[in-house]
Amino acid sequence: MMTGVPLSWYLILSAVLFTLGVAGFVFRRNIITVFMSIELMLNAVNLSFITFSYQLKQVNGHIFSFFVMVVAAAEAAVGLAIILTVFKNRSTLNIDDVSSMKN
Amino acid sequence: MNFFLLSLIKAVVVAFVLLTTLAYLQWVERKVIAHIQVRLGPSRVGPHGLMQPLADVIKLITKEDLIPPHVNKFLFLAAPFFAITMALLSISVIPFGPDLHAFGGDTWMQLADLNIGVLFVLAVSSMGVYGIAIAGWASNNKYSLLGGLRSSAQMISYELPLSLAVAAPLLLSNTLSLRGLVDHQAGYYLGFIPRWNVFQTPMPQIFSFVIFLIAAFAETNRIPFDLPEAENELVAGYHTEYSSMKFAAFFMAEYSNMVTVCAMTTTLFLGGWLPLWPASAGSSFVPVALFLGVGLIALYHGLHPARRHDRLTLPVVAAVFFGLALLFLIPAVQSVLLPLFWFAAKTGTLLFLFIWIRGTLPRFRYDQLMAFAWKRMFPIAVLNLLVTGLLVAVFS
Amino acid sequence: MDVILFLIFAVIAVVCGINVVVQSHPISSAISLIGVMGSLAVLYLLLGAEFLAAAQVIVYAGAIMVLFVFVIMLLNAGSETRRGRSFMAQLLGVPLLIAFLGLMAFFVQRLFPGAADVHFGAFRGGTALAVGRALFTQFLLPFEVVSVLILIAILGAVVLARKELE
Repeated sequence: MMTGVPLSWYLILSAVLFTLGVAGFVFRRNIITVFMSIELMLNAVNLSFITFSYQLKQVNGHIFSFFVMVVAAAEAAVGLAIILTVFKNRSTLNIDDVSSMKN
Repeated sequence: MNFFLLSLIKAVVVAFVLLTTLAYLQWVERKVIAHIQVRLGPSRVGPHGLMQPLADVIKLITKEDLIPPHVNKFLFLAAPFFAITMALLSISVIPFGPDLHAFGGDTWMQLADLNIGVLFVLAVSSMGVYGIAIAGWASNNKYSLLGGLRSSAQMISYELPLSLAVAAPLLLSNTLSLRGLVDHQAGYYLGFIPRWNVFQTPMPQIFSFVIFLIAAFAETNRIPFDLPEAENELVAGYHTEYSSMKFAAFFMAEYSNMVTVCAMTTTLFLGGWLPLWPASAGSSFVPVALFLGVGLIALYHGLHPARRHDRLTLPVVAAVFFGLALLFLIPAVQSVLLPLFWFAAKTGTLLFLFIWIRGTLPRFRYDQLMAFAWKRMFPIAVLNLLVTGLLVAVFS
Repeated sequence: MDVILFLIFAVIAVVCGINVVVQSHPISSAISLIGVMGSLAVLYLLLGAEFLAAAQVIVYAGAIMVLFVFVIMLLNAGSETRRGRSFMAQLLGVPLLIAFLGLMAFFVQRLFPGAADVHFGAFRGGTALAVGRALFTQFLLPFEVVSVLILIAILGAVVLARKELE
């Protein structure tokens, strides 16, 4: 009844979510979905921080995770404002179409 | 007793009481608004319209459940489910009374005392925004989308002054658990002024109380902030395309949010289940006196009734209230019923305030509403938090 | 009991994560991402991080994702259309990802043999008190820097999204 969960399972879950985030970032073409894959990667890293905080019995991991959340919030706000501006100028959300500087 | 069994019994009791309260809250609202507008309100279905909620439930259940063909099926079905889940969830951390020694077990009158109780309620209310936004989107209809977006923007704008208003009494109480908050407000100044958070030194939280109440009106989409569901503006806003039980779910979610917010105000600012003056000075007899008074008024009007059938119904009402008054005189149940009475009285007064304001004020225009949140309430809430923090740091 | 809870919410997190990447309409990806964040909040609770769990729901799932959902609803751009993808990418994509994943899992298992098991309630240092204390004493400078960062982000968002003054 009191068997715990091995710590490596949490780390493997974090690795799985991070890999899914990388896959979304590389393979999807809608700019908002790419952004959401970045958020998925950040969440995976948060899980990893908190897992190590449990292992080392310190609260520092929680603090780093808190800062990651704050930075993600700031990044989401500015990033979405940029996406709105891109949509206003190009009328498309497909990152392959925003390529007027490519030769 | 086994912890799981006890928790199950408590959960069932609280759920039953909450759902009955929601149904009859609608009756109370319709009657109070009717009397404000000098008319009768529901009075035909049962004596004084008391069976009206039952009739409404039967009507809503048996109505045809239309799913329009052009909607996003999964999100259309998920939205009311999400709204009502989040609305009913936050009642699980509200304390109704002190420790209870009954049925051979020792428990407290609360479903779960979390260390982070206040944050839990804030989290669940932030998630409640999704029910409305997704309902607006899934209906595939420009009125619903506009209503959903406006409502979500209003709710997240007012979450900010709400959270800042919540932070100020937390500075005084030094704990996030709701039971700890109520326990901190026990005791009396000068023997008769209760140490509720609105009266507490070093800084009485009157501004926080007012800001919290105003933000609560906006969070629950009540008048004067109900433009997102205004009937004469947006057809019916985000629940235009919903019928039958799904519409009932949104309705119940709105009333449940109202009850939650009033319960939170009571716990945070008005001392939860604590009485108004000490029990040693006779506050245990307040419910008895109140119910006796109401019974006597009902009896008096029963003798000169305005309508013929009131000759029967009003004395029955009087008898019910006399019975309740007698119930509060039994010392065995007094320890259980008195905290519940005070909690219900305070929450009920705030709910009456909500209904009273609905019958009195006109609604805000949308840009006025948003400007009010960002330009007036947010700076006042920040200033209030700063002053409270300063006084707490200086005086302790 | 801990194992059952972990397995349930880990499976929910992974399924929602796959959904984020696979769904064609951004609104479905957004809803799945909310699911991931919710199940991660429960996992944080299992690891004793109660303040972080509440912050995850309030900040991430309740504010950042609302912003995403707003922008998707406002832009209303529709599902992503499938264009021709290179055959090599399709052939090598998923196997390479699984290989990457297996490598990471192997290293994780190898490098941390002495790790303790996670019991719910074993770590009690994740309360708001502990986090607040550390945040305002040891980590005061990063806290102030991050506050300035949020201010910059607010200013940037307001400037980028306002109407052009012709």
